[in-house]
Amino acid sequence: MNVIETSKLTKYYGKARGIIDISFQVEEGEVFGFIGPNGAGKSTSIRLLLSLIYPTGGSAKIFGKDVIKEGPEIRQDIGYLPSEIFYYERMKVIDLLKYSASFYKKDTTERMHELAEYMELDLNRRIEDLSYGNKKKVGIVQGLLHSPRLLLLDEPTLGLDPLMQRKFFSLIRQENARGVTVFFSSHILSEVQRLCSRVGIIKEGRIIEISDIRTLQQNNYKRIEVTVRDLPPDYFALPGVTNLEATNGGVRFFFKGDIDGIVARISALDLIDVTIEEPTLEEIFMHYYE
Amino acid sequence: MSANIYKFELHMRLRSVVIWSLAVAAVSLIYLSLYPSLAQEAKLMDEAITRFPPEFLEAFGMSNLNLATVLGFYNFVFLFVQVLLAIQASTYGFGLVSVDEAEFTADFLLTRPVTRARILTSKLLAAFTALTITNLAVWISSLLALSLFDAGLGYDRHTVFLLLGGIAIFQLFFLTVGLLISLLVKRVRSVTPYAMGLAFGMYLLSVFSGVAEDVKLEFITPFKHFDPASIIQNGAYDIPLVMISIAVILISLTGGYWRYLHRDIPAVA
Repeated sequence: MNVIETSKLTKYYGKARGIIDISFQVEEGEVFGFIGPNGAGKSTSIRLLLSLIYPTGGSAKIFGKDVIKEGPEIRQDIGYLPSEIFYYERMKVIDLLKYSASFYKKDTTERMHELAEYMELDLNRRIEDLSYGNKKKVGIVQGLLHSPRLLLLDEPTLGLDPLMQRKFFSLIRQENARGVTVFFSSHILSEVQRLCSRVGIIKEGRIIEISDIRTLQQNNYKRIEVTVRDLPPDYFALPGVTNLEATNGGVRFFFKGDIDGIVARISALDLIDVTIEEPTLEEIFMHYYE
Repeated sequence: MSANIYKFELHMRLRSVVIWSLAVAAVSLIYLSLYPSLAQEAKLMDEAITRFPPEFLEAFGMSNLNLATVLGFYNFVFLFVQVLLAIQASTYGFGLVSVDEAEFTADFLLTRPVTRARILTSKLLAAFTALTITNLAVWISSLLALSLFDAGLGYDRHTVFLLLGGIAIFQLFFLTVGLLISLLVKRVRSVTPYAMGLAFGMYLLSVFSGVAEDVKLEFITPFKHFDPASIIQNGAYDIPLVMISIAVILISLTGGYWRYLHRDIPAVA
């Protein structure tokens, strides 16, 4: 079953581009990464899914229901973590969380304390006294306390220290293991790589690629680094070789093409060392933005 | 209506309501407490007032100021209370949804499982409840002050009830018009200048309609719809004018709901 389904979703702010013709599906139980640089349209897409803004064209469905017509019903099962957190500053954390909980049908008290303890969040402090990272924690607890079936995370790790990031990721993995679908936007690729099974790459408001993280890494490029005693000039000036750069005593490059051919060519050299590896998502990603 | 939003919004306004209510009550009580000592000199004062230019008296609602009765005296402070009520109601109106958007708490509220219509209804009812608390403060302080300080002259209760009975509509006018304007402009960054502008703008319109005798202006300002001088003089509302207030409220509500339901909530960046 598709948890999220958009069809030619388009948003213009006046004449300014938001997103154009975005169509994708996210299946139940999936962790879908949505990557692109700032201003590519990630937040716009998420705000459209939450009907905080209305599309100029196209449509979106969550749990098979139209996000505008049946928004309130859908949102009963959505947890949303915005990229920038702003809450009623003068409130205590506990009061905000209770206010949030009062919107849902479930009893969330136990889950709230469980999450707060796990995220090391002090419930009795005023929100205005919290650091950015701690406000983010309030956001995380707020987004998860009603045990939603779908999580919409907009740049969720911004402002969290590495330790908290790890806790957060493990929390998301636990949720996912219980069958929760996760839609995750980020411009930091390593975190997408850690968590997501599929990614959509968005550039200037359009999706330019949707694929499995594995295939994205495998199908395309190998990163090859050789250290060699004596390298003839232009030895690797071959079709399929890109980003060639000289290193200390060798070369490093990306290769796409017949792997047998390139290995044969490498082995003809007087080698000291060789590594052939999958490029990181970061490197693939840069390729899309060249 | 959602009970939790209503309670939350009302709670947020509690401090402001208490301050406004104390202020309007204090104004009425202190001002009227001066009457007993003035009443003895009433004739002299009335005579002095007739020497002012009639335009001046008209502009400040003093043309019917008649110190021989406590209501004539009350007229003047009631006008002042109206200005305060207008500022308060406009502040609530302009801030109703714009404060959420300026402080980015709108994202929180609108991603809960409720419709926008319910959010707006709950917010409006909470604000109106808050205004009603202040309204009650005006009722209690006015009736108390009038009975304490009428200098033994007595007054017409029916007229006082008419004056006080119009407050709710008067407040709703500023609440709903403020809301509508806040949803028509691009973004309200600070509520106070807008609220002051609306409240004093409407007051000045009624003042100038008195000076210039330009009949058209008094059609739009509730300071004329509920002009205390004319209510005291006639012992009745000017019903067509009151209907204009009610019509403006209904139009503003309709427009406000329509705009809010179709609105793009601005993002942080």
